[in-house]
Order: sequence, then C-alpha cells, then structure tokens
Amino acid sequence: MAFNRPKKKLMEDDEVIVLNNVSKSYQAGVQALSNVNIRIKKGEFVFVVGDSGSGKSTFIKLLLRELVPTTGSIYILDYNLNKIKHRKVPKFRRNIGVVFQDFRLLKDRNVYENVAFAQRIIEVPSAQIRKNVPKVLATVGLAGKYKVKPGRLSGGEQQRVAIARALVNKPSIILADEPTGNLDPKNSMEIMKLLEEINEKGTTVIMVTHNKEIVNAMQKRVITLNKGVIISDVEKGGYNDEI
Amino acid sequence: MKFSTFFYTLWQGVKNIFRNKLFSLASVATISACLFLFGVFYSILANFQHIVKTAEEGVCVVVFFDEDITEERISEIGTMITKRPEVSKINYVSAEDAWNVFKDEYLGEYSDGFTENPLADCANYEIYLNDVSLQNALVTYLESVPGISEVKRSELTALTLSNANKLIGYVSLGIIGILLAVSVFLISNTVTIGIQVRKEEISIMKYIGATDYFVRAPFVIEGILIGLIGSAIPLGLIYFIYNRALNFVRDQFKVLSSLLNFLTVNDVYKMLLPICLGIGVGIGFLGSFSTVRKHLRV
Repeated sequence: MAFNRPKKKLMEDDEVIVLNNVSKSYQAGVQALSNVNIRIKKGEFVFVVGDSGSGKSTFIKLLLRELVPTTGSIYILDYNLNKIKHRKVPKFRRNIGVVFQDFRLLKDRNVYENVAFAQRIIEVPSAQIRKNVPKVLATVGLAGKYKVKPGRLSGGEQQRVAIARALVNKPSIILADEPTGNLDPKNSMEIMKLLEEINEKGTTVIMVTHNKEIVNAMQKRVITLNKGVIISDVEKGGYNDEI
Repeated sequence: MKFSTFFYTLWQGVKNIFRNKLFSLASVATISACLFLFGVFYSILANFQHIVKTAEEGVCVVVFFDEDITEERISEIGTMITKRPEVSKINYVSAEDAWNVFKDEYLGEYSDGFTENPLADCANYEIYLNDVSLQNALVTYLESVPGISEVKRSELTALTLSNANKLIGYVSLGIIGILLAVSVFLISNTVTIGIQVRKEEISIMKYIGATDYFVRAPFVIEGILIGLIGSAIPLGLIYFIYNRALNFVRDQFKVLSSLLNFLTVNDVYKMLLPICLGIGVGIGFLGSFSTVRKHLRV
C-alpha cells in the first residue's frame, strides 16, 4: 500500500483524514464545497453540522470516494483518494464503517446475516464469522435477537444492527450520517452512548448531524459547514447557532 | 478469490432466485414465452426447408452421349462430372438398364417382340446437385464437354425450388431476428426492473467494501440460472407438442405425410437445443452482467 502513502509533510503520523483545499462543484454549476481544509486525528470524535445544502452529503461522498474533488486533495489513512484506482476502492472502504440515517439493512435477512454479510464481503472464513458476529452483537446489546429480521426491530435496534455491521470488520473510522435522524430522543442518546464507547476504544468517529441537543450534550469537536464553506471548527464545541 | 467466496456467491445466486420469487417468475416466464415462439417458428421453418431440400435432391440433370462414344470416354466424363463442386452424386444408367426400366414401367409382357434394344444409344448419367440454383452453371459446363450429345434438365422445377428455398431463408431470418430482438428487449427490461428493486442492496455492498466481482457474481449466476430454466421449459414443451403434432399429421393426413418428409423431433433438436440454451443462458448472463455494471460505479 506504500505507493498510495501521502508525503509526510501532507499528513502527520497521528492523522487519519486530511482534506487540503478541497472544492467540489457539480456539472450543473452548483458549488457544493469550497476550499475545505480539515485534519482529523486518530481516535477523535468529530461532529460535522450544517443545514440542508451546506455540503454535508458531498463531504460524506468524498470521504467514501463515491465522488472525487474538483480541486484539492484528500488523504485517508494510507490512501490518496485523488489517485486511488477503481479496483482499490473496495479495499479502502473496508477501513471505514458506515452508518446511515435509514439503517440500510437487508430486510430479507436476519440480524446475524446482516452483520455476517459485511464479513463475507471481505472474505473472512466462515468459522471466524461465527465467532466475530455474536461478539459484536453483544457489544451493541443485541445478542439475544440474532435471528430476528430487521422489520421486527425498533428503530433504535435497527440502528444498533447497522452499527454492529459497521464495527464487525474493525474499521479505523466510523462514518455516521445522521444516525439519530429517525430515532426518538431516548434511542438517540443510547446510540450516541454506543458511538462514544466505540470511540473510547480508539476508533475515530465522524458524525454528520443537525441534532442540536446531541451536539451540545456531547461536547466534542464540531465542524460547521454553511453553503460549502467551513464557518467554524471548535474543539469541545456546541451547535453553531449562526446556521 | 477464495474457494469459500466462490461457493458463497454461487449459493447467493441460487438463493436470490427464491428471495425475489416474483421477479424470478416474471423473468422465467418472459424468456420461456419468447423462446417458445422462437422454437415453434424454428421447427416449422426447419421442416419447410427440409421438405424443399428433399425435393431438390430428387431434381437431376441427365446427359446423353454421342453415338460412337467409347466406354472409356464415358468413364472419363463421369470422373470429370464427379469432380464438379455443384454435384452431389452421379448415377450411370447403361442402355440395358434404361431398356429394363422402360420395359417394366410401360411395356410389360408386350416387350417380348423386341429382339434388339431400341434404347441402345440411351446410356446416360443422372447428375444430382448440391444446390439446384447452380443447375445453369453445370448445364453450361456439360454442354461444352466433348462426347456429350444432349443435356436434359427441368429448369422450371429447379427455379421454383431455388426460389422457395431463398424465400424460406429470408422469412426464417426475418421472423427469428424479430423474435430475438423482442426477447432481448423484454428480458433486459425484466432484468432492469429486478436490479432496480435491489439497487439498495448493491449500494450497501459497495459501501461496505465489496469488490465488483462480489457484487456482480450472484446476479450473474441468478441470470444464468433463470436463462437456463427459461429455455428448458419451452424446450420440454415443444418436444412434447412436436411429437404429438407429428403423430396427428401422420394419422389424420396420410396422403400429406406420404408426400412430405417431416423431420423427427431429434433432428429438429440437434440445432434447436443448443440455440435455445445458448440464447437463454446468453441473455441471462449479458442482461444481468450489463445491468449490474451500471450500478457498480458507487
């Protein structure tokens, strides 16, 4: 993987994500992000907040290498996302566990199969999958519901399954896109507690949200986007009321 | 790729068929319907072509020789004719053979009055062609061969059969082409709808870090299996119906079946079986392969 390793001066050893002057514009002429500079260290918990149209979705797509920046460069772990080849993208993505607002679980498969699915994809041997999946389901508090289909779970439980799926491959980074967007306040706080526990074990967590209460309660680093521009980046910050 | 991954994707392909029962059923039904029509038309056209071909095989050109020709020269001419590309076989009829056939057919007991062979100069070659449309070329050649006094042919029969053969060829191509185009259109639409339903699954797989192979393989296996089932059903149906139809024609229209020589179901299936299986599997493979491809750029 050394061929993709960014030069040291562009990325420090303790950094896992670096965005240098990243801009992204779409064909229709819409400028989604303008000169974004972000450096995220290993083990950080970062909120990315902003209204609709602020560029949050584009930010996530860039981190997942679903999009490439129009200008600027993105480095994640050992990968230069501007230069990574299409066939290397799957291997890169295995370093990032993604959690979506709408859970995106496979409805025709039970809890165990949904989590095991992520392990199958990275070709983990079956015997190892049988050990790993119950362990991760216990971590998210769903050990007793491994046979249940997602449709019979509450929203909070479904999101736990999605987190288990994101965690099972032991990613360096968890990218959560509005993970509490479909949940009530009680379930939201439980999910946040779970994400915090994951973060405390060393996984970098980046969470995109516009849930003011959660951001204010957690007192973590907060990056605020407005119309594609970073308007604030505060350590142990709260929700920016300017947006 | 690990063995376990290969078998996992294979098993997922099989399971996908049952996970999406309605879609699988619709796809199998579409492929079956298209290939059934294709098979029926193919069987009819293959029989037509066979009947025309059989009739063509009976058309021959007859050459007669100069009065003073030697047996050696007749033999030489025979060798020359056999070497011609348009000739399938030749049959030498000696003067004695010609007289014997004539006697048997027309004279019977009245032939006893003949002491000499009145057809002494009627030794000839019956020349059968590979393709009756080449008759003119052969006749031109034969007329230029020294030792041949007369060339007899049936131009009208040859022309009619040649035209019929061409017409059947064009009609076959046209109908089969249209049916194939309709099949591909219907099947690719069905596959597209099926993939739309599972776009979500593909995107989840891609976000988790699935390789293109891992995403594509179960869909392609599913497509191939659907194609295989979709072609096996009409093949089974046509086999059954063809035999029944053939027996019906033989029993009910005895005059027709004595005049026309129909192909057996095994003769038809020598071509129809690989074509149908090839089309079914090919469409299943290409349809799923190309449709999934569109969704891999996530």
